Amino acid sequence: MMTENIMDKKTENLTREEKRQPPTETTQMMPSTDADPVKIPKIEVSGLNFYYGKHHALQNISMNIEAKKVTALIGPSGCGKSTFLRIFNRMNDLIPLTRIEGSILIDGKDIYDKETDVVALRRKVGMVFQKSTPFPKSIYDNVAYGLRIVGAKDRNMIDHVVEKSLRRAALWDEVKDSLNKSALAISGGQQQRLCIARALAVGPEVILMDEPCSALDPTATARIEELILELKNDYTIIIVTHNMQQAARVSDNTGFLFLGKLIELGHTDKMFTKPDNPMTESYITGRFG
Amino acid sequence: MSRKDTGDIVFRRLMMFFACMILVIVAGILFELTRSSLPSIRKFGFSFLFTSTWDPVFEKFGALPFIYGTLLSSFVALLLAIPIGLGTAIYLAEYSPWWVRNTVSLLVDLLAAIPSVVYGLWGIFVLVPIMRNHVEPFLGKYFGFLPFFQGPQYGVGMISASLILAVMIVPFIISVSREVILAVPQVYKESAYAMGATRWEALISIILSYGRSGIIGGIILALGRAIGETMAVTMIIGNNVKISASLFSPGYTLASVIANEFTEATSDLYLSALVEIGLVLLFVSIFVNVIARILIWSVQQKQLSGMKAKLQAI
Amino acid sequence: MVSPTKAIVWNESQTSGYLAQLFQRTRQKRHWVDKIIVYLLTACSVLVLLPLLSILTHLVSQGISAINVDFFTKLPKPVGEHGGGMANAIVGTLILLGIAMGVGVPIGLGAGIYLSEYANHRFAMVIRFVNDVMNGIPSIVYGIFTYVVFVLPFKSFSAISGGAALGIMMIPIVTRTTEEFIRLVPNTLREAGLALGVPRWRVITDIVLQTAKGGIITGIMVALARVAGETAPLLFTAFGNRFWHSSLMEPIAALSLQIFSYAISPFDDWHRQAWAGALVLIAIVFIVNILAQYFVRRQARLLSPKK
Repeated sequence: MMTENIMDKKTENLTREEKRQPPTETTQMMPSTDADPVKIPKIEVSGLNFYYGKHHALQNISMNIEAKKVTALIGPSGCGKSTFLRIFNRMNDLIPLTRIEGSILIDGKDIYDKETDVVALRRKVGMVFQKSTPFPKSIYDNVAYGLRIVGAKDRNMIDHVVEKSLRRAALWDEVKDSLNKSALAISGGQQQRLCIARALAVGPEVILMDEPCSALDPTATARIEELILELKNDYTIIIVTHNMQQAARVSDNTGFLFLGKLIELGHTDKMFTKPDNPMTESYITGRFG
Repeated sequence: MSRKDTGDIVFRRLMMFFACMILVIVAGILFELTRSSLPSIRKFGFSFLFTSTWDPVFEKFGALPFIYGTLLSSFVALLLAIPIGLGTAIYLAEYSPWWVRNTVSLLVDLLAAIPSVVYGLWGIFVLVPIMRNHVEPFLGKYFGFLPFFQGPQYGVGMISASLILAVMIVPFIISVSREVILAVPQVYKESAYAMGATRWEALISIILSYGRSGIIGGIILALGRAIGETMAVTMIIGNNVKISASLFSPGYTLASVIANEFTEATSDLYLSALVEIGLVLLFVSIFVNVIARILIWSVQQKQLSGMKAKLQAI
Repeated sequence: MVSPTKAIVWNESQTSGYLAQLFQRTRQKRHWVDKIIVYLLTACSVLVLLPLLSILTHLVSQGISAINVDFFTKLPKPVGEHGGGMANAIVGTLILLGIAMGVGVPIGLGAGIYLSEYANHRFAMVIRFVNDVMNGIPSIVYGIFTYVVFVLPFKSFSAISGGAALGIMMIPIVTRTTEEFIRLVPNTLREAGLALGVPRWRVITDIVLQTAKGGIITGIMVALARVAGETAPLLFTAFGNRFWHSSLMEPIAALSLQIFSYAISPFDDWHRQAWAGALVLIAIVFIVNILAQYFVRRQARLLSPKK
């Protein structure tokens, strides 16, 4: 029965794509309501091709990321999920011999434009890594890092931002009495939340998470998943995960990547119950990967 | 069966003997030097370290001018070598293309292999004239209000000796620091970048946090070298028993006075005083080396394991 | 935006607005600092290489003029006379290195074997630590020690004492490299030997040492290159000699000593010969070092796991 509906669903999707307008001044001003199905995409990717030297790592990807929603990227290992994530904050620029084609618009501006300030971009698009990387400084100094590099000196302001960020990362209550303790002395799950607080202190609009829980135990993982559900009220979140159940739990939309191609993107509920593409279904039901 | 066992036992004992020889030799050095310094130690006691008279005629000996000379020349050498060495190491580890890094590292290793006496030769005939004719007049003219740059400009003296020491120790600072920086995992740098740090900001924060003990260990090791350096310094420092604030003035170091006067020592007490200076030198350099090794070993504990062999090669 | 004072209580919109302002204000400065730093760092590297360049060019330009057949075959002429050579110094250095090997190689090799094959962990750590400390002892202290032990009792400077001083200085390097290269030998080789019924000590000498031979030899070469240039420990052991020595219990000339005494002399001719001597010395040291590095890499590649 699924095969009969696929063609219909595909044309449905096509027309919805076509309906989407590129953001203009007026559309950005328009508040989106829950009832309005045309949501303004925060990020628009068109025709993305990415090369590591000769290797064509990402092939012709086009997708939109909705604002203030959690988008999960799933797929087998080595199929380009992390590479794709790192496109959004131009972390791939650090690797030599990489080449990119296509357009990636965040709030309507192409981030690979020659005029783009990469440093400013990275403040707008924050990142949390697979392995938590607290600096060997105090908890306070870790969170304050992003503020200090732009020259913030006012102690009161820094205190305020540190507290706010730690609260947002659901870590404040646990460390508020020991902000001067070394960041290396807290548990792995706490360190990861510290890294999230550190990223939040800089004031991003988008948060990229690259398998943030893969090094953590189930309890710590659950806390971070809770955190993600809270954070999405204020931030657009893209999370790469190899754990499909996690994707199902925390995300609103899910994209399935395989061998550098975007196979399917859609609402999470739909992706995990009735995906359009048979490959998606095979992956989700565990037939490969 | 028993014949094979005997072979094994004998061999093992022999190898252990050789290994113990290392301990014996170091203990022997400490013992023999102390024994030969006893006459001087008995006569002058602790005041040896604080007296500035060095009079072979009246047999009054004090090591203060040499301690001062060693410390001052090493300190100034470090002052010059640390920023330049660190800067070079950062450039090699982070900014340079791989072929520049390999070539320059090879050249730095060659710099480290040049014998002290060749540095001294170059110092006498190339460095000293440059100092006497260009650098010292320049410093004296514009900075002469400072006590460091006053007095007659001979060319030979503390500043030239410090400069040559700096050149001799900079390769060690570069090698150690470069390895330390290269060993920091990429993901730490990335997390700094991800917060909107510029390249330099990301570098300096990870170097200062993750690289700190390794780099400091390398610097202390370089200090140990500077303290014990003999020939190049002897040939350039002017060999004058004098404590002066001016960097232009000639001076004397612990190692130089031994090199110059050992074979001229006319009396037993004179010789004993010189050996005692050697003892001071020995203790200071052992102390500095131990601290450096502890710092570098503590870095090894942090699982930056690629560095281990390279650091021990210094 | 109001500039911050202690009196302000910060709230959400204020901090984000203020931070955005700070970012804009400091952006240019951070950009330029980043750019200028690259030039500064490159300048440091160039600065470091300048002395090397200067030394090498002077060695060649000053030293070449005095390099001729005489240099390698004749003895030094009396004070003030032109000509002569450093034949005795060159031979002297070689003899000293030979004696040094006799002291340094057995102890270094033996200690290296002991550390890698036999020692228990604690004792090994102690020996390694003392070995590293030995590396940092100033060379002149080795001279004093050897003087007290080898010169005073025999009341004469000698080639033996000079060689002994250099040999002791070789020990830390030889020990370390021997241990390193023996450790690189895979255990499977040892086990194969033992399984054939070969006694442990023969496994070490016939199999392990043979396999690690290349690396160990280069370690010895590197140690030799290092001590060949040493002057301080020879000042009052080998002492130097303007003529040929007639026995090993007599003072002996050495290249480094000769360079030193010529350099501090007032004669131009001797200065040129000092440069020539330095050129020869450096050539030996550099070639040995470069060869050693090449062999080390080859050895490591030979012993690395093959796919």
